[in-house]
Amino acid sequence: MKIFGLSPRVIKVLLTTQYANMLEYRIEIALWALSGILPFIMLSLWTESNTANTFSFTNIELSRYFLSAFLVRQFSVVWVVFLFEEDALLGRLSPYLLQPIHPLWRYVSSHLAEQLTRFPFAFLIAFIFFTLNPSSFWIPSFPRFLFACIATNFAFIIAFLLQSLIASLCFWSEKASSLERLIFVPYLFLSGLLVPLSAFPSHILKFVLYTPFPYLINFPARILSGMPVDILKIISIQIIWILILTPIVRFLWQIGVRRYTAMGS
Amino acid sequence: MRKSKHIQVENLSKIYRVADKKPGLKGTFSHFFNRSTNNVEAVKGVNFSIEAGEIVGFLGANGAGKTTILKMLCGLIHPTNGYINVAGFSPQRRQNAFLKEITLVMGQKQQLIWDLPPMDSFQVNAAVYGILEMESKNIIFELAEMLDIGNELYRPVRKLSLGQRMKAELLASLIHSPSVLFLDEPTLGLDVNAQSRVRGFLTEYNKRTNATILLTSHYMADITTLCPRILCVHEGQIIYDGDLDSLSSRLNPNKKIIFEVRSDVSKESFSKYGKIQEINKGFISLLVSRNKVNFIVNQLLSDFEIVDLEIKDPPIDELIGDIFSNGKVL
Repeated sequence: MKIFGLSPRVIKVLLTTQYANMLEYRIEIALWALSGILPFIMLSLWTESNTANTFSFTNIELSRYFLSAFLVRQFSVVWVVFLFEEDALLGRLSPYLLQPIHPLWRYVSSHLAEQLTRFPFAFLIAFIFFTLNPSSFWIPSFPRFLFACIATNFAFIIAFLLQSLIASLCFWSEKASSLERLIFVPYLFLSGLLVPLSAFPSHILKFVLYTPFPYLINFPARILSGMPVDILKIISIQIIWILILTPIVRFLWQIGVRRYTAMGS
Repeated sequence: MRKSKHIQVENLSKIYRVADKKPGLKGTFSHFFNRSTNNVEAVKGVNFSIEAGEIVGFLGANGAGKTTILKMLCGLIHPTNGYINVAGFSPQRRQNAFLKEITLVMGQKQQLIWDLPPMDSFQVNAAVYGILEMESKNIIFELAEMLDIGNELYRPVRKLSLGQRMKAELLASLIHSPSVLFLDEPTLGLDVNAQSRVRGFLTEYNKRTNATILLTSHYMADITTLCPRILCVHEGQIIYDGDLDSLSSRLNPNKKIIFEVRSDVSKESFSKYGKIQEINKGFISLLVSRNKVNFIVNQLLSDFEIVDLEIKDPPIDELIGDIFSNGKVL
């Protein structure tokens, strides 16, 4: 039996090895988890300025939304562009390209292993959040939690594909990380990380919903925080984005790899 | 015909497009707004074939095109023109069956995971190549024994010396028992002992597995020890294909006779035997035509009281240096 062309043994060995590798960086990962507290900063900002009502949220709903945004972000953050660029420039990509496994699977496994390593730190931060802000404590129903997990995983896949698309441009431009800014800025403003999308004027929101960004943070966070949302529609749209992006990444990779000059080696 | 050769290359060419920039601020702006590019022909219509089990060394100055040829042979870069067949496959298609037949080792470039022991990287490679767990352990321990590494397998890569890391890199690259090894500067940066151990390992590996080995190296000792056959590459073309001895005799028709005589003899006494290179007390160095060496040695032994005598080829490094600068083999 193979999953996406990978045998269970390959999946197990890749994940366990990458997990062991990530544990070597546990302090760095704890700091990375801490550095993801942007949603909490935004929460205090919006709460202090009493703008919660303009988002059609109560203060408690706003707290729950931003905690959920923090958790979704922790388990969907992607940095494949930077890994890929470094590997390409330092010549490490060459041996990867000569092995019978697509190099992107190595990056997938390192991301998943890192998420697993982040889990206790994210849990601890959530615990501290509830201790300081007990009125916002909630436990989502099991189906909600399950759908939130699915939506977060799909958000990770979409983010991974978007960055892989940019990473593929490394075959044309050696500094694809600068191109990553092209998606980072819209991600920051349109994903719901800084402000819930309900704060957007309706004509802008209409446009934003045609992009993949709201499905990376905003909607998975709304599902987790128990807000009214059409869960099946959100997950269906996420699947559509995955189906659109996958062939584009594959195509770009295929033509890009022909241009590869094995620089740095 | 083609199938009898393990590696077959016909009319192989590679053209790179390279951006040129003039120095200074003006050049920088001009480069920014109107980038000019040039086509650089790194490999020009190269032809050769290699039998299974051969060890072939690519010799050439920096930028001669040897690494580009190696990268095309292993499928890492696509040729602009020409035909390549390696172990029955077209490398640029990078089929899994082909990738299981080859390996590429690049000196100073590592595939091992830096913070984990090499054993973890070996297990990843074994799984990726679909080698059963028990079988992979046997292969790892057999190769580790050949490479003389044991405890190092369980130490983080970052804690290993360069020589130990290179051995571990070799092991990681050979877990799947490839039939073709592409080695690009495999001993780069290693000390003399480590170089010697790597060379010994490659010789032994070739004997045991009959693997075809292609290597580039700037260390002549790698070439002289390992490669019965060499391909000299100059400006993208192969200017010599044959064994090192023939190259040496074609490049330099003379041999050096160094000997010591018991009594002091005048310089003039030796001029009739050959070209005198050096006379220092009783030590004399003569340059003699290759086909007259036996005759001259017999003459010297009968005419003088010789204490010690040695016949040498001129240093191969010097000869190869001549090829690199002249670009031709006489």
